Amino acid sequence: MTGKEYRTITDVKGPLVFLNKTEPVAFGEIVTLRLSNGTIKNGQVLDTSDDLVIVQVFEGTSKIDRESGVTFMGDVFKLPVSTDLVGRILDGAGRPRDGGPEIVAEEKVDIIGAAINPYSRQSPNDFIQTGVSAIDLCTSLVRGQKLPIFSASGLPHNDIALQIARQAKLKDSDEEFVVVFCAMGITAEEYNFFRSDLERTGALEKAVLFVNLADDPAVERIITPRLALTAAEYLAFEKDYHVLVIYTDMTNYCDALRQIGAAREEVPGRRGYPGYMYTDLAMLYERAGIIKNKKGSITQFPILTMPGDDITHPIPDLSGYITEGQIVISRELHQQGIYPPINVLPSLSRLMGSCIGEKTTREDHKSVSDQMYAAYAQGRELRGLVAIVGEDALNERDKQLLDFSGVFEDKFLRQTRDEDRSIEETLDLCWNLMSAIDTKYLVRLDQKWIDKYHPDNRA
Amino acid sequence: MSNEGVIYRISGPVVTATGMKAAMYDVVRVGHEGLMGEVIELHGDKAVIQVYEDTSGIRPGEPVLNTQETLSVSLGPGLLTQIYDGIQRPLPTLEEEMGVFITRGVDADAFDLEKIWTFEPQVAVGDEVVAGQVIGHVQETETIVHKIMVPPTTSGVVKSIESGDFNVTQTVCVLEDGTEMQMMQKWPVRTPRPFQQKYAPETPLITGMRILDFLFPLAKGGAAGIPGPFGSGKTVTQQSLAKYSDAQLVVYIGCGERGNEMTEVLDEFPHLIDPNTGKPLMERTVMIANTSNMPVAAREASVYTGITIAEYFRDMGYDVALMADSTSRWAEAMREISSRLEEMPGEEGYPAYLSSRIAEFYERAGRVETLNGDDGSVTVIGAVSPPGGDISEPVSQGTLRIVKVFWGLDAGLARQRHFPAINWLNSYSLYPQSLDQWFRDNISQDFPEVRTQISGLLQIESELQEIVQLVGSDALPTDQQLTLEVARMIREFFLQQNGFHDVDAYCDIHLQYQMAKAILSFQDAAKSAMASGAVLNDVVNVPARSDLMRGRFEKGYIDVIADMVKKMTDEIADTVEDN
Repeated sequence: MTGKEYRTITDVKGPLVFLNKTEPVAFGEIVTLRLSNGTIKNGQVLDTSDDLVIVQVFEGTSKIDRESGVTFMGDVFKLPVSTDLVGRILDGAGRPRDGGPEIVAEEKVDIIGAAINPYSRQSPNDFIQTGVSAIDLCTSLVRGQKLPIFSASGLPHNDIALQIARQAKLKDSDEEFVVVFCAMGITAEEYNFFRSDLERTGALEKAVLFVNLADDPAVERIITPRLALTAAEYLAFEKDYHVLVIYTDMTNYCDALRQIGAAREEVPGRRGYPGYMYTDLAMLYERAGIIKNKKGSITQFPILTMPGDDITHPIPDLSGYITEGQIVISRELHQQGIYPPINVLPSLSRLMGSCIGEKTTREDHKSVSDQMYAAYAQGRELRGLVAIVGEDALNERDKQLLDFSGVFEDKFLRQTRDEDRSIEETLDLCWNLMSAIDTKYLVRLDQKWIDKYHPDNRA
Repeated sequence: MSNEGVIYRISGPVVTATGMKAAMYDVVRVGHEGLMGEVIELHGDKAVIQVYEDTSGIRPGEPVLNTQETLSVSLGPGLLTQIYDGIQRPLPTLEEEMGVFITRGVDADAFDLEKIWTFEPQVAVGDEVVAGQVIGHVQETETIVHKIMVPPTTSGVVKSIESGDFNVTQTVCVLEDGTEMQMMQKWPVRTPRPFQQKYAPETPLITGMRILDFLFPLAKGGAAGIPGPFGSGKTVTQQSLAKYSDAQLVVYIGCGERGNEMTEVLDEFPHLIDPNTGKPLMERTVMIANTSNMPVAAREASVYTGITIAEYFRDMGYDVALMADSTSRWAEAMREISSRLEEMPGEEGYPAYLSSRIAEFYERAGRVETLNGDDGSVTVIGAVSPPGGDISEPVSQGTLRIVKVFWGLDAGLARQRHFPAINWLNSYSLYPQSLDQWFRDNISQDFPEVRTQISGLLQIESELQEIVQLVGSDALPTDQQLTLEVARMIREFFLQQNGFHDVDAYCDIHLQYQMAKAILSFQDAAKSAMASGAVLNDVVNVPARSDLMRGRFEKGYIDVIADMVKKMTDEIADTVEDN
């Protein structure tokens, strides 16, 4: 149902259009605006009352005047979904961007998405091997998890995300992921990088891309991830696919949220971001998971750049409270020329405990992971001490740990962009590296694993 | 004016209705779908309503119906083992009604109204009963007897009382004045349930976590706050408390947190055994799960729903523990609604009434003499999630002003994999004075003194560490090096505890005392050996000491610890002769 066209705009402010109207308009209803020059723009109702309706315009309000016609479409924003989505590139509002035909809808789905009943969820516990040692050993990814990359400008988070998208698989299984890629406000260059890489590896045929670039309207970014997740939910929970959703860059999304909040003259929270940002982000991140009696799953890999490398900034901070861990990219390691520059110390996977061990990865995984982490942490700390008292003041144990921290970065973290290490390779590598430390200092390793896996005992 | 009005305005979860007779906190049904809402503000003819469900697609002009009731919970047999959303709708029922995604407009009874329970009367015809008096028992789960009480506003003389099998809506007792009583009653969530008087707490809530029970004990009926940045282990700590604390009943509120975490709890609890009773934990638990992406107004209500259920069990004379994870999400729900109401904000956008709401909530904790003269308690443990881990923010500060126990989680400790990552230097408990008598009587006469020694050693360590940072530990005199070793033993052997380990996750309070004494025995033995010429390195490395420390992961440790300590002190004494 489409209603009549109104020409009752009173105010235009930032991305918002205010108008008087004569019939009741639904909250969240989709709106079409026809400008005097014939341009069509789309929007959504943010506030509705008998006297005043506030519409948020996705394409920006440029050239909108009081003569522009406004039509209320009688429905909330819906995405046409079908398996034809796979292999397509769409823009930030869900229109084809690849020159292909419109998506023929099998059904149309509300993009806001409903919360999964916690009672209906299934606990994620399938280990995903990414082939990246630092992630597989220390922050193991689980199918159905939401694990963001906390990065910052100028760091190779895109390479890491792509490497994971290429290599991620269940151990001992060929089952592949469908990648849903959601770009929010990234540059055309970054987008081309993603697209050509997906093309090169043939992944594009099994991917759906939703693309909002830096010069596309900022407000559109609010719906782009919702479209991507709606597509992901359809593919996962209706069509049994395992879906990996990569979205970049959450920081641009949050800034768009702030922009709308400011235009509505809302009371701002920290650093001007709206007070409801936690809830808003949760409505995206919480759309990851596995549902009982359904085959598919949604794993999320959001990328965000921390303004000023500050992990306490509201965007990483609120994300960290919702997501199930984080992978932190370090500028310091990057500058040392180490790829992937993952700082394992503040990184965390909350679901790791449920997915590693004898049945899924290897019996010594937990023990090795704890020991590698502890030794590296102590080694890093000693670097600070050495700077003050000099290396000679260290005792034998501390010297070994200090040396180990260098080896850890150079041999364990460092790998090439195409290197796909199996979890066994990663664990064996750890044992080799740890053998440089006297066994009596490796207090977190169980004796039985030392007997079984230590190179001295294997030879 | 009638009970029916029409919608004037919709802005997210806030809807304004006109033309309706309304009072504050009346529950209303909004729109054609009858979405549940609550009146939170009145402006002349306009009533502002917070709606507990998504409002997309609702239009001005749709009807609003005032039910004239306030937001209430249903209380009666069937509560235990349930899992609810923020407004007491059982999640399994919602799944049946609307599938795996939570949509809207569905009403669900809080528990099965048809289920038959065996009611055993405790009063006879002609007895005078007062408000809160127990009129009968229902064996609800294997461990919990559900006491059916006279509602807090009723009293009279029993005209008739039945015995046998009934559902919760059938009348089991009639008073002379004609009042009929069923096993189910309702209570408005925003009103504390009445009691006779509050007592000072005297009994500790034993949690099985050494750092909590031993250094920073919480009293039954007390209130504790656990602030910490993300990744510091708030949820793991809260879950451990829900699993192992010696409360008779547990109400666990997952308020605005992760869906997968709630699922984990749901998967795990039915299989876990309560160390205090040997029965499945689920049998003493009521869970409320309003995850971060579920409607924000229902999140605001969830803590009230939870505490009202807790008070109801308290009134039966039980010790109830309530965990709220996280109160920051509750505060944010208030902020979000307040901002929609265009209220003048206080600090950081939070409403000016934030701290009074927090105080009111925690004040519903307490050990009380119930209306029927019994002794019951509600202990509240609230997690706080301060942005950036900085506790100078309003929710942390509002909480710290009211709670008497502060368990400060520390990101640095978590990064060192020291769990539970509770910072022993800035955490505190104001209960020791009132609880020390209990510890003296039930554990050991010198319990408080042992605690003082242990925490004193940790204090000294932190001072020594500052020097070590500058000059290295070798530059310290040997007695101070020993102190560092002892403190290290306290940290690694005593304070660290593996919440996922079968044995170590729960530590009996008697064993905690023995372990603390073992550390002091080590210190004394080492001191005297070193006074006689022993070398620190030899003393520290006696094999019996590492046996003692590893022993805590074995079952039956409490039976052998005394022997192990003896062996250790003997070996330490022997190091003197070696030299």
